[in-house]
Amino acid sequence: MEIHRFEKLWLAASLVLILGFVATVVYGAVGAGVAMVNDDGGTVDPGDITASENFREPGVYEAGDGEYAVYVEARQFSFRPGSSQPIEVPADTRVTFYVTSPDVTHGFSVVGTNINTMVVPGQVARITTVFEEPGTYHIVCHEYCGAAHHNMQGQIRVVDQSQFDASATGPAAIDDPAAEVSD
Amino acid sequence: MAYVDEYPRAAKIARWEFGVAFLALALGGVFGLVQALYRTDTFREALPINAADYYTILTGHGVLLALVFTTFSIAALFTWATTRSLERPLASNRLAWGAFWLLVIGTVLAATSILNGFVPQLPFESSDVLFTFYAPMQAHPAFYLGAALIIIGSWVAGAVYFLTYWEWRKDNPGERIPLQTFMVLTTFLMWYLATLGVAVEVVVFLIPWSLGLIDTVDPLLTRTLFWFFGHPVVYFWLLPAYLVWYTVLPKLAGGRLFSDPLARAVFVLFLLLSTPVGFHHQYVDPGIPEGFKFVSMTNTMMLLLPSLLTAFTVVASLEHGARQRGGGGYVGWLRSLPWDRPAFSGCALAGLMFAAGGFSGMINAGMNINYLIHNTLWVPGHFHLTVGTAFALTIMAIAYWLIPQITGKRLQHRRLAMVQPYVWFVGMTLMSNAMHRAGLAGLPRRTAEPMFQEAGSAPFDPVVGTVGEMRLQIAIGSTLLFVALAMFLVVMFGTWLGKSGAAPLAVNGSIPDPLSGPEGSPRVLDNLKVWTAIAVVLVALAYGLPIWSIISDGLLTPGSPPIPV
Repeated sequence: MEIHRFEKLWLAASLVLILGFVATVVYGAVGAGVAMVNDDGGTVDPGDITASENFREPGVYEAGDGEYAVYVEARQFSFRPGSSQPIEVPADTRVTFYVTSPDVTHGFSVVGTNINTMVVPGQVARITTVFEEPGTYHIVCHEYCGAAHHNMQGQIRVVDQSQFDASATGPAAIDDPAAEVSD
Repeated sequence: MAYVDEYPRAAKIARWEFGVAFLALALGGVFGLVQALYRTDTFREALPINAADYYTILTGHGVLLALVFTTFSIAALFTWATTRSLERPLASNRLAWGAFWLLVIGTVLAATSILNGFVPQLPFESSDVLFTFYAPMQAHPAFYLGAALIIIGSWVAGAVYFLTYWEWRKDNPGERIPLQTFMVLTTFLMWYLATLGVAVEVVVFLIPWSLGLIDTVDPLLTRTLFWFFGHPVVYFWLLPAYLVWYTVLPKLAGGRLFSDPLARAVFVLFLLLSTPVGFHHQYVDPGIPEGFKFVSMTNTMMLLLPSLLTAFTVVASLEHGARQRGGGGYVGWLRSLPWDRPAFSGCALAGLMFAAGGFSGMINAGMNINYLIHNTLWVPGHFHLTVGTAFALTIMAIAYWLIPQITGKRLQHRRLAMVQPYVWFVGMTLMSNAMHRAGLAGLPRRTAEPMFQEAGSAPFDPVVGTVGEMRLQIAIGSTLLFVALAMFLVVMFGTWLGKSGAAPLAVNGSIPDPLSGPEGSPRVLDNLKVWTAIAVVLVALAYGLPIWSIISDGLLTPGSPPIPV
């Protein structure tokens, strides 16, 4: 079988390209520290999402050492918290989102960032991030979840630490998550 | 002698299969236009739908085009390719018609339950679940049954090609498998392996669950089974286009295929690598360890290889054809190609758009960069270049060449046909570039309304252009695509109304031998058993552990009851 010289060159260049792509992702994971959504969030019973250790009553919690944990319930057709009341977190701290769904599959994507995960019933999606600047971020449900899917959106308000500590949704209120969740 | 005279019974089957395919294309195309206008808020008041209907339209558009139009067209094309290249009729016409009717019944069941969304008088309550039908959103059992019958129908259609091949093999021991048949068989081996996932999902889980025989299903498991099938299905669409590009396009360009053995190697690579890659649709799914996603990504990147090889071989074959026609220079030969012949120009433009789609696909395949575009408009922007052009435009183009041969009728409205591929190309360029850029700005896919209109702020910040300009391009692009589709249907309808044998066909089905034939290539290339066995092992390696980890806590847990739409 004769393989033309140009064809051999092309084949070699193609393999180099492929290896290059894989190498960039390896570098992203190992060097730059890009973490993927994986199975660390554990599972829950979609019929009772707070029954297990893996998920808590939706709300913002201080996770110690200036870190925060945000538990979000995505359901037809709102995020709790997030939709009727914005999620408020301080800037420049590590924030870990835990998102799950008691009904159908949803999406949880924060526009303009690389926070982007599927929300699959029975699974808890866990994503850690740092919002460096204060500001308002928009959450979109990007998976079709029913007839009013297009209304499913929310907000994250990132504020300075001092403002966060002073506000009603600050750590003082967080000890009682039920009080913090208005809807 | 035209194909219809040599193989009248196979030609009749192929005609009916193309007929249903083009009906689905017409209806799916109308849905596409309505959807694009609604979503971009263009003449929305004039459209007869509301936001909830949008999802009915979207489900219909996806199912009719991605499942029905494709499967029927592929069956027609493969019926022709198998009989032509083996030079014998189908082994069983009865079985081939059985496949056709299974596909038709499946289509009618699924389509009725979808259309119930607008016409509640139809049986089977609404099934607005989109073509991915993720549980626990639940469709009517008729929808799942229809999907199952379409899959089973395709299996039976494939069995006919294998039976025909085995008959040929008995008469021709020791000969190399003719190239087109080799492509049909490897495509179907890949398809049998890939459809196991969706067959188990639908038959074992979703049908019993929608009938109330089991209470819950595990949404992550059914999703994983869907994507086990959901990526290779794109190669089920793509490989028939490759069959055309490798075996017919060089002839249409005035030359011959550059290399037969390389074409075989490419199809073998697709058989091996198409299936163990589905997790790249689940990069951002919780519940799946990162390592398995990485394995899947490596396999996906390797899939670039056969497509890059195809780019080389197809372009080399075109250049050879152009030089036979008197072309010269480094790129000047491009001018000598028959750009006024729609069968040629359609395939060539489809190939060009596929190259663009391939590049956006490389972004999708990158595990980390995928975070930027997952479930944004980028994704439908990508697959309208691949299945929506590489496949659809190739089928339309080859129809201009093939329909006369399987009907015995000369192509009508030839000027319309000549312009049609260019209209499609321009329309898709407008629509797809805008969708890609909108996706980069974070605009989600699968939504009826432009989100955040009333929020008072504009969270979507495009790198180039504005959201309004993108909407306009999508609206104009989809309108042009619809015009191109209508032109195609007029040509086909006019040809169908024409008289058989009234005029010379102006096309012939002879395909010249490749520049380098299969003779010198290793015989192991034709050993389908070996390649199938390796493909099965690769799938077991990629899927064994992850599926085990999903089901180890129980097949149906964590479980979700059905949630009707």
